[in-house]
Amino acid sequence: MSVKMIEVRWHGRGGQGAKTAALLFAEAVMATGKYIQAFPEYGPERMGAPVQSFNRISEEPIIIHSGIKNPDYVVVLDSSLMESVPVTEGLGKGGKIVINTSLSTSKIAQKLDIDISQVHVVNASQIALETIGRDIPNTPMLGALVKVIGTLDINGVLEDIETKLTAKFRHKPGVMKGNLTSIKRAFDEVKN
Amino acid sequence: MIKKVYSKSKLVAKTGNEVIAEALRQIEPDVIAAYPITPATEIVQIFSQFVADGVVKSEYIAVESEHSAISATIAASAAGARAMTSTSSQGLSLMWEMLYIAAGLRLPVIMAEVNRAISAPININADHSDTMGTRDAGWIQIYSENSQEAYDNIIQVTRIAEKAKLPAMVTMDGFITSHCMEVVEVYPDADVKTFVGEYKPERYLLDIKKPYTLGAIDLQDYYFEHRYQLAQAVRDAKDIILDIAGEFERTFGRKYGFYEKYMLDDAEVAIVIIGSTAGNVKAVVKELREKGIKAGLLKIRVYRPFPSEQIAKELAHVKVIAVMDRSDSCSGAFPPIYSDLTASLYSAGVVGPKILSYVYGIGGREFSSEQIVDVYEKLGKVASGAEKPFKGVEYINIRIK
Amino acid sequence: MKKEEKKLTAAELPIGGIIEAGTAVNFHTGSWRSERPVWNKEKCINCLVCWISCPDSSIKVVPDERKTSIIAGIDYDHCKGCGICAKECPPKVKAIVMEQERK
Repeated sequence: MSVKMIEVRWHGRGGQGAKTAALLFAEAVMATGKYIQAFPEYGPERMGAPVQSFNRISEEPIIIHSGIKNPDYVVVLDSSLMESVPVTEGLGKGGKIVINTSLSTSKIAQKLDIDISQVHVVNASQIALETIGRDIPNTPMLGALVKVIGTLDINGVLEDIETKLTAKFRHKPGVMKGNLTSIKRAFDEVKN
Repeated sequence: MIKKVYSKSKLVAKTGNEVIAEALRQIEPDVIAAYPITPATEIVQIFSQFVADGVVKSEYIAVESEHSAISATIAASAAGARAMTSTSSQGLSLMWEMLYIAAGLRLPVIMAEVNRAISAPININADHSDTMGTRDAGWIQIYSENSQEAYDNIIQVTRIAEKAKLPAMVTMDGFITSHCMEVVEVYPDADVKTFVGEYKPERYLLDIKKPYTLGAIDLQDYYFEHRYQLAQAVRDAKDIILDIAGEFERTFGRKYGFYEKYMLDDAEVAIVIIGSTAGNVKAVVKELREKGIKAGLLKIRVYRPFPSEQIAKELAHVKVIAVMDRSDSCSGAFPPIYSDLTASLYSAGVVGPKILSYVYGIGGREFSSEQIVDVYEKLGKVASGAEKPFKGVEYINIRIK
Repeated sequence: MKKEEKKLTAAELPIGGIIEAGTAVNFHTGSWRSERPVWNKEKCINCLVCWISCPDSSIKVVPDERKTSIIAGIDYDHCKGCGICAKECPPKVKAIVMEQERK
């Protein structure tokens, strides 16, 4: 499709927030002035089952409405999915994968049989535990993805998420702060 | 940067379902009666929250089935209320007999329909089998390509239905549009309210000063005239649809008609399609044009009334046309859009174009950009005489043998 | 012979099969009768069983001085002469009897 269009595929387990992450990510990116799409894998959702969700980002209005087969970026919320789901499927030579893991990039590259330059790792689960107090890796992974894509404005994204979360957690300001810190930390800590 | 068409509007990231619920909040109908069904559930779920929170003054009737949902909506409409409902697939099937009653009683009931396959086997994904089955029930049918169109269509159809005195449904593709978050321009509440205005029925059952009987028996001597009136009302709705589209464009800036043409005027080969796949076809047409192939697209927006004469004119110059149906017909002949379109061209004396019938995307089956290119290639070969047009219906992306 | 009714065209008919309310009053089904019920005021005990039983609401009822409903007669414009009132009138009372319609 269009050169300017960025396509993202999220892998998670039902209940882990892969869909929410894609929606939150899209809204935040829209706030920085880009056209977006966010959609789940179409079908019944079940707790624990492998699920996917998708994003498109573009400078131009997005007119296509089809599944994403060749994503530019793949985000894996749960590293155990690497065992059971072909997470690199359709990922071209220039594509990048961002994984929530404690393992090194070289180990992951070996495991997935792709070039090390394509692999980015961040321990989002640990970040989430330290900042939010629960293992919800989808929010920090937003920060990691923004860093890896490189062309997005992290401050704009953070501002929008702050607005959204302020409204959602108006009775629990601590939760909001933890979420924002987790995004910032993952943005800083994700490495190739 | 994201461009706005209407300066006073707000850009939001919303799914098709969310944006329909938003439109319903702005329209604030007197009554909504609905029963939840995938993938339309969120529309009434979000709206019922608006009611619970006191955001709208609408009466929300929680019913025990879709048959009751449409019955309550019809009754509310007969009583003089602006009444709406929402459903999908099996829900629409359960509403069946009442759809004809809404039309026969000439009540402007509004429905937000999310297109989904019908059972059996059970399937929750998009195709047009549900609403295509109801195509001749006397309802106005407007199909949407994306969330923005769904939002704009539901606002327009409120006026159209009330002016035409006909029930009307606005549809969008299940999951593909209903669950896809996109950038949508949402207009200020006050502007939407001004556009739809207040519903003032000419006669209504709760008018005790001018009572009347509704739904009485109507036999050999009068039934035919009443059914003719209905068929004629659907024909006459064409002018109303264009008038209101014109007013909508003057107010909010977006242009709507019976259909959308995309590089069609000088096209040699063209696809005719309905719904969300039109966008994918546009992207392919753009690429083919860059290669010098004269490809075009006609996306039908208003399917009932069917803009028969207009479509015949628009397609008269095209050498080969592919009509893409997202629902099959068990007629033993051809699927719905193909049947309407070929009859329209033949009746208008347009016999030049060769017209091929394709069925795609049943039960949410992928129809990829590559497959769209394949269709245009076939059209090109038929146009040049290299290949003959096939007879009957061609199925895309299916395992047959 | 009855005059031929002028039938309205699609253009003239109210839409949606709407008709005016209460038009049954104008339709005199009394002409269908071959037997007519005859009510005897002297015998009647005003039990109202005939009034409850009549399928055509043709037993006329009025309030008396104590605002209690009493029978006032039979609406021959609408009574079809089915005889249910005569049948239901208590045997010991026999305030309604059916007679041949005189035409």
